[in-house]
Amino acid sequence: MTISRDDVSRVAELAYLELTPDEAEMYRGQLDEILNYVGKLQQLDLTNVVPMTQMSFATGETVSPLPASNQEVGTPLRDDIVHPCTVANAVLSQAPDAIKPFFRVPKVIER
Amino acid sequence: MSAAPWTIAGIHAALQAKKVSAREIASGFYAEIDRRNPELNAYLTLSHERAYSQADRVDAAVARGEKLPSLAGVPVAIKDVISTSGIRTTCGSKILESYIPPYDATAVARLENAGAVILGKTNCDEFAMGSSNENSAYGAVRNPVALDRVPGGSSGGSAAAVAAGLAVVALGTDTGGSIRQPAACCGIPGLMPTYGRVSRYGLIAFASSLDRIGPFAANIADTAAVMAVIAGHDENDSTSAAASVPPYDVEIEGPIRGLRIGVPEEYFGEGIDSEVKEKVLTAIALMEKLGCHRIPLKMPHTEYAIATYYIIATAEASSNLARYDGVRYGLRVPGATLLDMYRKTRERGFGPEVKRRLMLGTYVLSSGYYDAYYLRAQKVRSLIARDFSAAFQKVDAILTPTAPTPAFRLGEKTSDPLQMYLADIYTVTGDLAGIPGISIPCGKTKAQLPVGLQILGPHFSESRILQLALAFEKAGGFGI
Repeated sequence: MTISRDDVSRVAELAYLELTPDEAEMYRGQLDEILNYVGKLQQLDLTNVVPMTQMSFATGETVSPLPASNQEVGTPLRDDIVHPCTVANAVLSQAPDAIKPFFRVPKVIER
Repeated sequence: MSAAPWTIAGIHAALQAKKVSAREIASGFYAEIDRRNPELNAYLTLSHERAYSQADRVDAAVARGEKLPSLAGVPVAIKDVISTSGIRTTCGSKILESYIPPYDATAVARLENAGAVILGKTNCDEFAMGSSNENSAYGAVRNPVALDRVPGGSSGGSAAAVAAGLAVVALGTDTGGSIRQPAACCGIPGLMPTYGRVSRYGLIAFASSLDRIGPFAANIADTAAVMAVIAGHDENDSTSAAASVPPYDVEIEGPIRGLRIGVPEEYFGEGIDSEVKEKVLTAIALMEKLGCHRIPLKMPHTEYAIATYYIIATAEASSNLARYDGVRYGLRVPGATLLDMYRKTRERGFGPEVKRRLMLGTYVLSSGYYDAYYLRAQKVRSLIARDFSAAFQKVDAILTPTAPTPAFRLGEKTSDPLQMYLADIYTVTGDLAGIPGISIPCGKTKAQLPVGLQILGPHFSESRILQLALAFEKAGGFGI
């Protein structure tokens, strides 16, 4: 067994999920099976292998031969220019509870 | 006005010749949707008002004798994880049941600027997590080819809509196979572009190092026409590539004679359905007859791809989906404290597969397990990408089955998450490596279920992939 009931409770806590006891038991069994399966990665010798942390066409790990006609493949940054952003009303209109210009939530600080 | 079978070129010609108006085409499609959708459940939301006002703009342009843009009057469907201004976008989840985005995804805006008519939003697995469309909070989609079967997933609604003639083209998204696998199940082409080729601005994130937007269509010419519109750099998406966009619709006519096609043995091993294997091998033989050279390949890290994928994708999802907490949008379930509200909202709003993946992703990132799972998966991802780099030194494209089996029965795999994950065994590799791939139909099994042939190519080789697909289509390959 790779994952225990306590592990499931801890992970649910971290992920802000509130599980019923039945759910916790179901997920424990399923996650155990999945973790045992993905455990096959332990078989590989990964000494000196560089992790691929993101998809980038500038690093040796991800580049494959490109058509000669199309070598310009970077992901350029845009100029650092401030543009007006007037979406506050549209955004707040989707909020479950808003008092412009704020989102309203249950009290956070007890005193 | 019958809805099917329209093509983009056919619509263009009919509009210009004033044989039909864009409004008549749209209303024909809506009539067909009204007739078929109750059974198929492919559409979740219809956008009549926006569709008809766009159709009227197209008709006005026709009346003024203007040159029509490439997709003028073409009815399209949009997967419900892609934002549409003013049109409800649910991600197939209860947590976004009444969410109305304040802006359009770039891909949607580009389609509309090219004259396309957006009919509505299509059903999908919740937050694009699934391989059968059965994880939608709004019910499963039925496969129009075989109603007791799944349409594949997660873009099952988009694939079913195009296959049933309820849209001419559709947008889907691919994170682990979610365009190509449903395309295979429904018997139509579906293209996953190179990572960075199509802007993801407005795509609601699942796994950011993997997610891509791409088209479904009934034929290769239409697939290329949509790509020509949606591809290209977007300053609103910092992961979108600067590479110039070739004229796909012209380049697809290029010759395929002499191209080297790689066939990796790992994609024909244990677990493949014998009829799928036979059809794909027949398809490869047809490619050889068309002048391609077949080259056997070994891609030794293929068997680690599903494990790698489910660690990386769930880890990223656990971070991306942290935003659904009842504060800024979507569902809120009241709680005594802020944390109580978060937990109750997420407990009620997310379905079982999303919860399962959020827990898996949280676990593999958690203290004490990060190195053993997440870091290790990132390293294996490098090895999988390296398998492809090495292969593309020797071949121009790689041909494989899209999925190990034809469309399975509704309910067949819902109780066994791991078996469901294995439906993506041949598609996740392309996602992990960032390369483009297409699934095209290559005949049917004895039970009349479609089989998909996958063509993978190097980064930014969409034209070559489409050339191979078009030559195959012209040679009758879709019906072998």
